Amino acid sequence: MQKQILMSREVLLTGAIVLLLAIISTRFPAFIAPSNLANVFNDTAPLILLAIGQMIVILTRCIDLSVAANLALTGMVVSMINVAMPGLPVPIIIFIAVAFGALLGMVNGVLVWKLEIPPIVVTLGTMTIFRGTIFLLSEGKWINAHEFSETFKAFPRTELLGLPLMSWIAIAAVIFFSVVMSRTTLGRAFYAAGGNPHAATYAGIDVGRTQFWAFTISGALAGLTGYLWVSRFAVAFVDLAGGFELSVVAACVIGGVAIMGGIGTVVGAMLGALFLGIISNALPVVNISPFWQLAISGGAIIIAVALNAQANREKGRIILKRAEHAT
Amino acid sequence: MTDTTRFIPDRLQSPLERRLKSWETLLLAVAVAIFIVNSFTSPYFLNAWNLSDMTFNFTEKAMIAFAMALLIIAGEIDLSVASIIALASTAMGAAVQIGLGTPGLVLVGLGVGLICGAFNGFLVTKMGLPSIVVTIGTMSLFRGISYIVLGDQAYRGYPSDFSFFGQGYVFWVISFEFVLFAIIALVYFVILHKTNFGRAVYAIGNNPVGAEFSGIRVARVKFILFLLTGLMSGVAAICLTSRLASTRPSIAFGWELEIVTMVVLGGVSILGGSGSIPGVVIAAFVMGLVTFGLGLLNVPGIVMSIVIGALLIGVIALPRLWEKWRT
Repeated sequence: MQKQILMSREVLLTGAIVLLLAIISTRFPAFIAPSNLANVFNDTAPLILLAIGQMIVILTRCIDLSVAANLALTGMVVSMINVAMPGLPVPIIIFIAVAFGALLGMVNGVLVWKLEIPPIVVTLGTMTIFRGTIFLLSEGKWINAHEFSETFKAFPRTELLGLPLMSWIAIAAVIFFSVVMSRTTLGRAFYAAGGNPHAATYAGIDVGRTQFWAFTISGALAGLTGYLWVSRFAVAFVDLAGGFELSVVAACVIGGVAIMGGIGTVVGAMLGALFLGIISNALPVVNISPFWQLAISGGAIIIAVALNAQANREKGRIILKRAEHAT
Repeated sequence: MTDTTRFIPDRLQSPLERRLKSWETLLLAVAVAIFIVNSFTSPYFLNAWNLSDMTFNFTEKAMIAFAMALLIIAGEIDLSVASIIALASTAMGAAVQIGLGTPGLVLVGLGVGLICGAFNGFLVTKMGLPSIVVTIGTMSLFRGISYIVLGDQAYRGYPSDFSFFGQGYVFWVISFEFVLFAIIALVYFVILHKTNFGRAVYAIGNNPVGAEFSGIRVARVKFILFLLTGLMSGVAAICLTSRLASTRPSIAFGWELEIVTMVVLGGVSILGGSGSIPGVVIAAFVMGLVTFGLGLLNVPGIVMSIVIGALLIGVIALPRLWEKWRT
């Protein structure tokens, strides 16, 4: 049992992250200063939020490629609301962002649930539709820093106990969803629906509806991240976060989420996101061109998915052995 | 749960009736309708040279779509095709710099395509990894390598006789690309519909375990299919590079979506097991006509992508809605 905990994906990944930090610190010691690590965490917060949602979707044997487009569309919508009504308080903006994002997620969810269209087709389609909609709404124009109200821009930067609110939101989401996934009926249903859909159906779980809620949660988190993203960088445009969905899937796969469903943890997804976040923050520091980013995350996906397949294969064997011993 | 009772009709449909009610016939009617609408809405549409230009909208994508159709029928998918184009094009650009002539460039393009296809095939068939994740990974890996090589630069200076592949005309308005498209369509029609290999592709898509037990070498067939998509991406890379006469790492960005849309629109089941080459050919014309018609009406590209995204979801959703509404 102890060995199992020691060899668990989360511990291994934490080890890999520590190793990565150690290597970087040999070339640039200031990188591991607490204040810089806090910055890296804050930069990675959007990826963590999206990875949590994506993990839940992947648990149910689906995939959501529309998250980045959802983020950009919701970001544009709340930006336009802010420009039109600068006086609207931030909590209401956040509520609109979460609700609008969830609504977009529900569109994916309904198509997967009610029409049984493969999730990859649905979200490839909605991805382009969402992006196109941003263009129709904004007519291709950017919304720039000076057009936002001050309170709109200040929220994610506001510091609380030394960390910006952006980081606190990511931490809160990790804790909240850890509890949801392990302590609620819905959370367990996500695992059951992906682990064995037939058994889940016999156990009284509506697999389609569970997938619908997974997409809704993923959409809501993408919407929330949409507001945080545009307010932090104080800009909204059509190609905002373009291609980010790949980083999100990469974070999940690196975090040990099995693409065939049923396996994965919130902490794992967070660690996967942090791994990528550290790499992308470290590249400029150790003088590697940012153009390496794409190839590195692609390579990381392939290596991680190969490792996952290996680990899961061995896990199956261990269960068999234990069963043999029991008899 | 799905209903397992099968309805046995009192009377089989006559071959003519079956053909009239097929997806291909419906699609052909749509193509003709779009053609007629286009010729009324724009005075520039019915012009031999304009129509010839229109074919460039789909020829390169369709070449890959034929190989992709076989792959999807066999129950796999390759999302890295557009990135293979980028990598093959970058390799050809680099080959120009060291002074290779046109025949050498063609070999480089085809070779890189084959190597990339073999890499995907190896990961999927030998390592047993899910093709969706593998090719999402290689999608960023292949394009990532192009970004590492080129950064924000571009390769130019292709030899003048190289321009024939993308800009040459065989006879009057019939371009070389269009002839190549027709030949490749014919080759794939024969492979899929007239050979043992084609039957094996259907068998694998319908029941991989059953296919294995009936003596089909499933892994080998799938490996060959990945090689073919790689090879066709190489061919498309040669045509596109020749047509644009320059290479940037963002070349053919997002094409994988349009290619998958073309295949699905052509009546290939995304779940595998069914589909036909004539369907994909007509779908290629439909998509070419739609984008060309919208282009003549000055609709921006990103709005066309909404139409394509909606087409992708719509063609799968409508038959299912129709079924639901009838029962």
